[in-house]
Amino acid sequence: MQKNEVKKSNENILMRMVRNQMFIPLLALAVLAIFNLIADPSVFKITLSENSAGNPVLSGLLITVLDNGSELAILAIGMTLVTAASGGQDISVGAAVAIAGSVLLRMLCGGNSRPEELAMPIIVAFLISCVVAMLFGAFNGVLVAYFKIQPMIATLILYTAGRSIAAWINNNELPVITDPGLSYFGGFIPGIPIPTPFFIAMICVLIMFLVLKFTNLGLYTQAVGINENSSRLNGLNPQIIKIISFVILGLCVAVVGLIKVSRVQSINYSVIAKDIEMDAILAVALGGNALSGGKFNMAASIFGAYVIQFLTQTLYKFKVSADALPAYKAVVVIILVVISAPTVKEWFGKMTKKFKVKEVA
Amino acid sequence: MSNNKTKASGGFLDKLNNLTDTNLLLTITVVIFFLMYIGAMIFQGGGFLKAQQFFNLLNTNAALIVLACGLSLVMITGGIDISVGGVTALVSMCCAVYLDHMGGNVFVSVLVALAIGLAFGAFQGFLVAYLDIQPFIVTLAGMFFARGMTTIVNTKPFNVANEAFTKLKMTRVIIPGLGSVNRKGDYIDAYVEIGVVVALLVVVVMFCLLRWTKLGRSFYAVGGNRQSALMLGINVKRTRFLSHLLCGLLAGIGGYVYFLHVGSGSPSHAMGAEMDAIASSIIGGTMLTGGVGNIAGTLLGVMSLGTILQIVSAAGLGEAWWVGITRAAMLCLFLIVQSLVMSRKKK
Repeated sequence: MQKNEVKKSNENILMRMVRNQMFIPLLALAVLAIFNLIADPSVFKITLSENSAGNPVLSGLLITVLDNGSELAILAIGMTLVTAASGGQDISVGAAVAIAGSVLLRMLCGGNSRPEELAMPIIVAFLISCVVAMLFGAFNGVLVAYFKIQPMIATLILYTAGRSIAAWINNNELPVITDPGLSYFGGFIPGIPIPTPFFIAMICVLIMFLVLKFTNLGLYTQAVGINENSSRLNGLNPQIIKIISFVILGLCVAVVGLIKVSRVQSINYSVIAKDIEMDAILAVALGGNALSGGKFNMAASIFGAYVIQFLTQTLYKFKVSADALPAYKAVVVIILVVISAPTVKEWFGKMTKKFKVKEVA
Repeated sequence: MSNNKTKASGGFLDKLNNLTDTNLLLTITVVIFFLMYIGAMIFQGGGFLKAQQFFNLLNTNAALIVLACGLSLVMITGGIDISVGGVTALVSMCCAVYLDHMGGNVFVSVLVALAIGLAFGAFQGFLVAYLDIQPFIVTLAGMFFARGMTTIVNTKPFNVANEAFTKLKMTRVIIPGLGSVNRKGDYIDAYVEIGVVVALLVVVVMFCLLRWTKLGRSFYAVGGNRQSALMLGINVKRTRFLSHLLCGLLAGIGGYVYFLHVGSGSPSHAMGAEMDAIASSIIGGTMLTGGVGNIAGTLLGVMSLGTILQIVSAAGLGEAWWVGITRAAMLCLFLIVQSLVMSRKKK
């Protein structure tokens, strides 16, 4: 009897762990880590070395994950909100990053494509690019909220046009900035060995955390996502909430644009942030958030983003070319959505029940 | 849907109001296409006055017509498929590798194309219809998978030098009586490529399928209202599955038509073809919410999109970005028109 109870409580802990939203990303991380350990333990080595500017920097696969995953984590914040509020995803983030980056460069250069001095302080240029990115976010939001177009189709418009607009903003020139101030955002601040994007991501996460804690944004977003009509009857304005979520995503896009531009000190319209929409959606899905909207868990999404980047870097390590990468990720997406599909869950439930019944008998 | 039978009385606006959604959107498309083409003839003249210009439009867009037919079908059923561009690239790459590196024969390469299309259609259809996963996510993954596989099959673009294939590629159907005289004074026949014949055949078959068969009508029923379709005794899951399967098959055919047109394999082939196909369908009056659409409209949608892009590049706005922006603006315009049409119904 007692034994049975112990077994039951054990089962409960196990079930609770499995039910926890962090379970899938943690499991994925564990699988990846073990796989890496078996294949080549040296990937976990972190070394302190000097970069070309003579500053001490940390390097290693894990640091690269922290570095590149931060962009994804920032996007995942916005994407989670959009997913929760509208029940769809924004597939134009890659194109929007190109626009934000292009605006930033245009402002910094002020018409001259090889400026000796910056035309304005970086912070002003960044704020302008934020406004532009938020306007594009609002455009998507209006199409979704007022014209009732499915989010993915509505954002298809910007997805098609975004890179063209980005090229048009700079007259298809490729400005190069030599000012070292810009390189700090995507690289290292002298004296600090940890890549700056990680700090930027942490600031964004902190702000989002405070916003969710001290405002009703999270609650309202979930309410709209779960049932638009009843949230309207409760006095919310679903249209505004949806637009706000898209505008916040626009802000995240601008931050990523700054990091991306800062990394290369220039821009390549057709390559910058390519396929990042897939990764951002994947991060949200991996975080166990329903892609059809409603409840969300921000921390799980952000954690998911780093796991995705870990996967990407692992694939790179095994000599998978950047062009072939989407094929592997597509398989991961399919596995994830199949596991979380209600029909499959039901079927699993039935199977485990059957199994238990047999055991009892 | 039934209000088209009520007697139209009074003015023009009443008549418009009594049209079904399908017919109203189709009318808009027809009017816009002819306005645009005639406008181009008047203001730009030159190439647009020749019949061959029209046939060239068909030649370059033959594959798109086939892809857009598949998309219309899925969209009428209330789904979406954005993997068609990727499948097109994969099909042309696989066929190119098979014909060129392995020296295969042309007939088998057609089968390869169809098999790839069917495989994608069947898998995505199964996930969408039977596991009830959002079609957009499934086909987004399908698109990335197809694009990735294309580079895995072969990284570098190359031309196919298979004799039998080149012969087929160069086969042209001469259209009598519409040729033109070139600068040297020689008479040149107007022609279309073999792919156009395939595309038009597909249009006719799909038109008949959607209009007069039980399966075709059940696509509309499922797209219009899944619940009532179920109550009518339609097998909703099977219908959705079939729509994706057919779309996959058409993507295979479209991929081969594309391959016939370009005669090469490259990972960057058909970039954004899915967007063009969706845009054409929408311009042709297919509603994203399902249940409304017409294959004839889709054909016109492809031609409209082709015409406007032609006008843009002929007007000296040749920079690549204008094409992208025009395309998106057109898509945006028609999405908003649709949204307004939908709200008209509620009033």
